[in-house]
Amino acid sequence: MSKQEPRGFQLPRRRFVQGLALGGVAAGLGLWRGNAFAQMAAPRAELRGDHFELEIGELPVDFTGRKRIATVVNGQLPAPLLRWRQGDTVTLRVRNRLSVPSSIHWHGIVLPADMDGVPGLSFDGIPPGGEYVYRFTVNQSGTYWYHSHSRFQEQTGLYGPIVIEPRDGERHTVDRDYVVLLNDWTDADPETIYTNLKKQSDYYNYGQRTVGDFLRDAGRDGISKALADRQMWNQMRMNPTDLADVSAATYTYLVNGQTPVGNWTGLFSAGDKVRLRFINGAAMTFFDVRIPGLKMTVVAADGQAIEPVTVDEFRIGTAETYDVIVEPSADRAWTIFAQSMDRTGYARATLAPRTGMSSEVPPLDPRPLLSMGDMMGAMDHGGMSHGMGHDMPGIPMEHAHAAPDLKTGPEVDMRVTTPRNKLDDPGVGLRDNGRRVLTYADLHAVDAPISPRVDREITLRLTGNMERYLWSFDAKRASQAEPLRLRHGEHVRVTLVNDTMMTHPIHLHGMWSELESPEGHFQARKHTVVVQPAQRISYRVSADAPGRWAYHCHLLFHMEAGMFREVVVA
Amino acid sequence: MNSQMRFAVALALAVASPAWAQSMDMRDMPGMSMPHSHDDHANPADHAKHEDTHAGDAATQPSAQDSITHNHMSMDHAGHDMSSMSTQALPPNNHVAPPPPQYVVHDMTPSQMTELMQMDDAAPTGMVLVDRLERSRSTSGDYATSWEAEGWWGTPINRLWLKTEGERGSTGTQDGRVDVLWSHAWTSFWDWQLGARQDFGQGPKRQWAAMGVQGLAPYWFETQATFYVGEQGRTALRLESSYDMLFTQRLILTPKLELNFYGKDDLQRAIASGLSELEAGLQLRYEFSRKFAPYIGVNWTRRWGSHGDVPDAPEVHALETTWVAGVRLWF
Repeated sequence: MSKQEPRGFQLPRRRFVQGLALGGVAAGLGLWRGNAFAQMAAPRAELRGDHFELEIGELPVDFTGRKRIATVVNGQLPAPLLRWRQGDTVTLRVRNRLSVPSSIHWHGIVLPADMDGVPGLSFDGIPPGGEYVYRFTVNQSGTYWYHSHSRFQEQTGLYGPIVIEPRDGERHTVDRDYVVLLNDWTDADPETIYTNLKKQSDYYNYGQRTVGDFLRDAGRDGISKALADRQMWNQMRMNPTDLADVSAATYTYLVNGQTPVGNWTGLFSAGDKVRLRFINGAAMTFFDVRIPGLKMTVVAADGQAIEPVTVDEFRIGTAETYDVIVEPSADRAWTIFAQSMDRTGYARATLAPRTGMSSEVPPLDPRPLLSMGDMMGAMDHGGMSHGMGHDMPGIPMEHAHAAPDLKTGPEVDMRVTTPRNKLDDPGVGLRDNGRRVLTYADLHAVDAPISPRVDREITLRLTGNMERYLWSFDAKRASQAEPLRLRHGEHVRVTLVNDTMMTHPIHLHGMWSELESPEGHFQARKHTVVVQPAQRISYRVSADAPGRWAYHCHLLFHMEAGMFREVVVA
Repeated sequence: MNSQMRFAVALALAVASPAWAQSMDMRDMPGMSMPHSHDDHANPADHAKHEDTHAGDAATQPSAQDSITHNHMSMDHAGHDMSSMSTQALPPNNHVAPPPPQYVVHDMTPSQMTELMQMDDAAPTGMVLVDRLERSRSTSGDYATSWEAEGWWGTPINRLWLKTEGERGSTGTQDGRVDVLWSHAWTSFWDWQLGARQDFGQGPKRQWAAMGVQGLAPYWFETQATFYVGEQGRTALRLESSYDMLFTQRLILTPKLELNFYGKDDLQRAIASGLSELEAGLQLRYEFSRKFAPYIGVNWTRRWGSHGDVPDAPEVHALETTWVAGVRLWF
């Protein structure tokens, strides 16, 4: 029941826009109306040192056969790879040549609050024609990224990788080292996508259950079972196909700015150890990544080293990063296959001994359906009415007494009274797929946690109303909420409970989120924590960074729709 | 007539009941507080264990967490996540807390902040939906053009709604109405609405005060129920519900049902008291895009009512079947 065949008169599997072979920035180069700098910039620019000149501008690009204007840095999409060294104090002068305000946020970097790049909290933003000089000491190492924190500029191209070399050298020596930056590109104006979702929240969901699906299920499982299954979801007005708000109906998925047809290729010699630094820089897309035929050894999560764990596949939420090491032993090509969580499309790249080689691209997995556990959490009592504090008739009223703060309302369409707390669930669409899939239970830091204790407990519920397309923490959108206040120096345990049907990547600026096991043991240090539907997850935060910080869901349109809080450390 | 009115009330209650159920859930909503801090849950013993070393954490038993998790979760498989690493001390991390900011953003109003952040979760939006714009042919061979459209504008919670519906035949506009409503998000799936309705077309132009609910009933029935009070003690109730059945992702069949009840006869508008009009329809649309979908359909309309008290005046169209073709669009 967690899986389903392709349904209805669905488009053929590969009919989503795979893009142009020679698309992207190459098509627009020369039209860059910034300065002459872009003309001489190599297509895969990387900048290193401790002083960086970055210029935000516009660039005509063409990924799908339609010319569009992207938001770029130094004429690059993605923005140039920045290579820093742990211990260096870096200076980054960012000029804004757009006609609107802009900003750059250094995602996952621990730095002073005024260097964090969130307009309204860290600074005033960078006005059109203006500049801002960022300057901070880099005390960490690993794979990170940067992106605009202004409106939807992240969706239109303003994102780039950061690689910080450890002071004492890399923990794992490799022969090749590549960034694999995943993104979702759209030809549509993100403003239009957002208002479409506001008007019809399933606008981009072309994978909904049809009459034909019902007949097929009824034929296979019997009418009563098929009816019972639908009854639950329909009674509660929840949609089990609601896996992604925005799909390949408008997105083309990119690797390092290349479409699936463009096929970004990383070269190796047979027997090389290759480190792939995966970064999910997408606005709204979770990717499930694998390299058919190769095992991947995950050695870092969100830039932080972990005990190596070897898997076939991993899910990467927006804004997360994972470093993996692969050892392609033969003189042949391998496909890096990153399908979107809703199985509407994929990003694709190739590891090959020589350019021009490619390997088979696997078919998309069947579209999964959300399970009962995704809706209700831990179902220890079996019956459906035990799991939910939903407002449907038939839910006994004592639920309201048992959990007085678990109300539904205009901002909240469902509640989970018994969330599941295990970390070893890979998530919808990856369960029991025959492959070894990474889960949060596999993440074990190689060093001690920052927070040795817990001074205070904070529980936040991730809430929303899909029909109205409203998203919030604790049923309060950003505009309705007071800041979350932390005392400087205290250690808090933040427990997130996901009262929605969607998977949310929650990002706290300025401070690490030290993920814990359900038993309270330190797992790994993260900057973005993915919370699955009906899941409860805890992490410790050391409130050692004075200032005002952003705290939000890293799905861009969820943040815009209210799933954002200010955190004040004072 | 009385039985029809009772039926109407029963139906109205049936439609509104999920909304009432929600309203009960909602009674404490404004008082919701966050965050929940449980300072006292942090066990002093836990502190003691931790304070000696950074590295000791993974090996200790976090009793604070246990006391909390017991509330709702079964602590099955205790120690399940204990891996090899958690039994040995970890080397120290190299985290360095950042210095305080040199620059502090000046004080600003929420609206200034919204503008600076370019993020506004309460920004007003608007939508115009032409649900039906169609040409119809009745079984008696009459052609007509009819429409049903709505538009809204406002914040996520408070919106101004405009709804209009009507039919134009060979004799001009018949049976048109326009509602202007203030709509307030009330529960997860329901809005209540207050406003006014103006009837136009044949007969006198009636004005009504309107009060109703609109939303999504369980099982995905788009539903509206509006109660009207007019001059001379007139009352009316309008119920409408529809459901989308997907044959494919783009070919969608929508059964619809609309009932109109009136408190008393209005002979000049051919309205009988009680259930005055029942309209059932099937609309089959193809969504070339979400915003543009041509359709074909069939409607069955049953009207009760007569022109005047003249005994031989014909009953107005006991049952009428019309075939329609039209377009649904929104922007």
